[in-house]
Amino acid sequence: MTALWDSMNGRGKLLLVLLILALLMAPMVASRYLLSVLTLILYFVYVGQAWNLMMGYAGQLSLGHALYVGLGGYVAAILWVHYGIGPWLSIVPAVAVAAAFGAVIGWLAFRFGIEGVYFALLTIAFAEFTRIGFDHLAIAGGAGGLFIPYEERRLGEWWNLRGNQLFFYYLAFVLAAAGVLITALLSRARLGFQWLAVREDETAARALGIDAFRAKMKAILISSGMTAVGGVFYAFYNNTLFPAQMFDMSRSIELILAPIVGGLGTIFGPVVGAFILTPLGEILIMLTDWLGINLPGVKAVFYGLTLMIIISLVPTGVWPRIAQSLDLKKRGP
Amino acid sequence: MTAPLASPASPAVVTPLLTVSKVSRRFRGLIAVDRVSFALVPGEIFAVIGPNGAGKTTLFNMIAGVLAPNDGTITFDGHSIAGLTADAVCRLGIGRTFQIVRPFPALSVEDNVVVGALLRHTDMAAARRHARDVLAQLDLHDKRAVQAAALTLPDRKRLEVARALATEPKLLLLDEVMAGLVPTETDRMVDILRGINSDMGITILLIEHVMRAVMALAGHVLVLHHGAAIAQGTPQEIVRDPAVIKSYLGAETAF
Amino acid sequence: MWSIYLNVILQGVLTGLVYGLMALGLSVIFGVVRVVNFAHGEFAVIAMYAAFLLFKAIGLDPLIAMAPIAAAFFVVGFVLQRSLINAFVGRPEHEQFILLVGLAIIITNGLLMIFGPDAQPTQLPYAFDSYLIGDMIIDKVRVYAAIAAVVVSAALFAFFRHTRTGTAIRACADNLTGAAVIGLNVKRLYALTFGLGLACVGAAGALMVTLADAAPSLGPAYTLLAFTIVIIGGLGSMSGALVGGVLIGVSEALAGFMFAPSMKSMFSFGLLIAVLVLRPQGLMGKKPT
Repeated sequence: MTALWDSMNGRGKLLLVLLILALLMAPMVASRYLLSVLTLILYFVYVGQAWNLMMGYAGQLSLGHALYVGLGGYVAAILWVHYGIGPWLSIVPAVAVAAAFGAVIGWLAFRFGIEGVYFALLTIAFAEFTRIGFDHLAIAGGAGGLFIPYEERRLGEWWNLRGNQLFFYYLAFVLAAAGVLITALLSRARLGFQWLAVREDETAARALGIDAFRAKMKAILISSGMTAVGGVFYAFYNNTLFPAQMFDMSRSIELILAPIVGGLGTIFGPVVGAFILTPLGEILIMLTDWLGINLPGVKAVFYGLTLMIIISLVPTGVWPRIAQSLDLKKRGP
Repeated sequence: MTAPLASPASPAVVTPLLTVSKVSRRFRGLIAVDRVSFALVPGEIFAVIGPNGAGKTTLFNMIAGVLAPNDGTITFDGHSIAGLTADAVCRLGIGRTFQIVRPFPALSVEDNVVVGALLRHTDMAAARRHARDVLAQLDLHDKRAVQAAALTLPDRKRLEVARALATEPKLLLLDEVMAGLVPTETDRMVDILRGINSDMGITILLIEHVMRAVMALAGHVLVLHHGAAIAQGTPQEIVRDPAVIKSYLGAETAF
Repeated sequence: MWSIYLNVILQGVLTGLVYGLMALGLSVIFGVVRVVNFAHGEFAVIAMYAAFLLFKAIGLDPLIAMAPIAAAFFVVGFVLQRSLINAFVGRPEHEQFILLVGLAIIITNGLLMIFGPDAQPTQLPYAFDSYLIGDMIIDKVRVYAAIAAVVVSAALFAFFRHTRTGTAIRACADNLTGAAVIGLNVKRLYALTFGLGLACVGAAGALMVTLADAAPSLGPAYTLLAFTIVIIGGLGSMSGALVGGVLIGVSEALAGFMFAPSMKSMFSFGLLIAVLVLRPQGLMGKKPT
């Protein structure tokens, strides 16, 4: 922790403090709409960080991460709707279920040497398989959806994640901060270095005594577990869950946009990415509304284009470039 | 018969650090390594030479845990290691370099070595300290912040050795570490390796084509040809061995 | 009782042959140029809309429209490879995937913007005609589509086996360095291959309007389908793509019939996972050394 703080020079520290203060005080000046956008940004920061651990550090491309969002969300929602178990408690089974799926995928892939595009396809297949499965799962409401009832009397029950926009905004902030902190911790820890080694050259990493299988398994377990917590948040924030929407591949793509645009394998990449993409998306929607064009899919086309442009021109992401030009790192040994 | 006595002519009986016994490896009918046996005593420098395709790297890879032998046994430090994975072998105390160097391109020189140091040091600060010591030994301390992808070949070779050394091995396997180096760089590497061997007591097993280095470093040499051992002995002995001259060195070689 | 199952299986075979043609395009692209075309299914959907529009505008039968559409797709593929994708051939894998994922998103949502989300059927005049073989009823459309798919596939096979260019392309797939060394213009051959691959997709897409209604949401489903078939059939094996296609077609038909229509792709995914784990080289692919 202190290592991260120490590695920044005065300018970097100032910027970080300013950002945190701005986010903490935003509700005082922001409209409800803006607050909801900020909440969304912070949510994407969090899940983006979780995915970033697996891809940016351990080098495993998962294109089915919505699986864990969905599992986390559904487990918590089911336990609440059918059994009245509060989400703070059901985070544990939510994470456990998601991590179990992650463990299965990881074990299958890493034991049998499934990598690259095959691994990506495996993750997609699992997500799709689960999506269809949930379509037919009665306790989850099937394709018709699962609804967490809005109960006026319960507003303020923070232990049941029942609250207003402000409540969820600060919750999202805590999640995002936690995501950044976890990434910062792990990236500088022994495990983070093992991940980088495996990502860069697995054969060389093994020759240095690193158990690549275990390292990769830890990556997928941590990433899936973290993402599931995001799913719990998402479920209780939106209150409606459909398999087609929770597990869909477009969801999986959505959550990888911020880390890719911002910068894979960096601590603040997903933060920057989310803060760039989400507002731009919203602005685009406002623009098309203002122009009178009502075309569903405009935002997605924009995101697709952004992906293509970024990966062609700035594949390592915008954040490293910005950080370099802003000169935020301390010089010296 | 009583146990052999130590004498100036023959060394004291020491338990070998590595014993390779009648090891063979086939690839779909092609015999790459054919019943090779040899042993290393702790603290020695042992070279394996031979023409290309003789089976040297395959032999290496079997010791390093990349391949499993089809027949035979390999014993290291009292453990049977044939068939163990590469990381398990490293944890037991064997470090290795690759013929075509494999640095972690996106990491700095120092971070590359830290990865190696993390094997025996779970605390990051201690690992970093150890990495810096190793870098100083390998003359890379000044370049520690440079990105590995930006290094010249001789520096990459020394980085490769430094990284393996950071795992604190008892045995260091060097696969053609001199390849691509000009004579001054070769001499530099020879000095470094000699230092590692004498100061730290690390046993070294090297595959080499550069005879200059072999003669300078090795106490014993094994010559492979078509997968089989055709000669074994001191460097002086094997350069005079007619079979070796015929198959590899050529009659013109004079050392 | 048997004849019902046989009927279902036959439908599956016929559908599977069209799937196989689409997968053939991917096998060619993936196998030779080593590009992971995550936009494969999306291109097929473009072809579907093209065939749909041609039918709507001038009443052109998709089976005939297949030819000009395939030709147009060839050009698109050639240009796309040359201009955009070639730059990515040496770069880290994940960058390539992401590029094509981006393209797939643009295509799917672009189609959504133009045509809207509703499925557009192509009502052919002979859509309800069928052949009667014993107890089995087989739609004429399916038969024609399957025959067309086989004809196009056979043409492609012939090209790769008997022409100089085809052999050159196969050489690139087998040994890239060797191919470059003997003077083959690899860039041009790559572009040709991508063009041919997309031409297959174009033809398959045109044929698919006879089997399904055009909808933007089909894109990702078809991409996944194509990859599933290629992996099950075996990478690098063109006949594997067709065999895989038939296999998937039959299993989907049976699963849809025996369980529920929505479960059919679940079965395919299960199969994909099983193949990835147990026999990654697929049924007819080469085992990696």
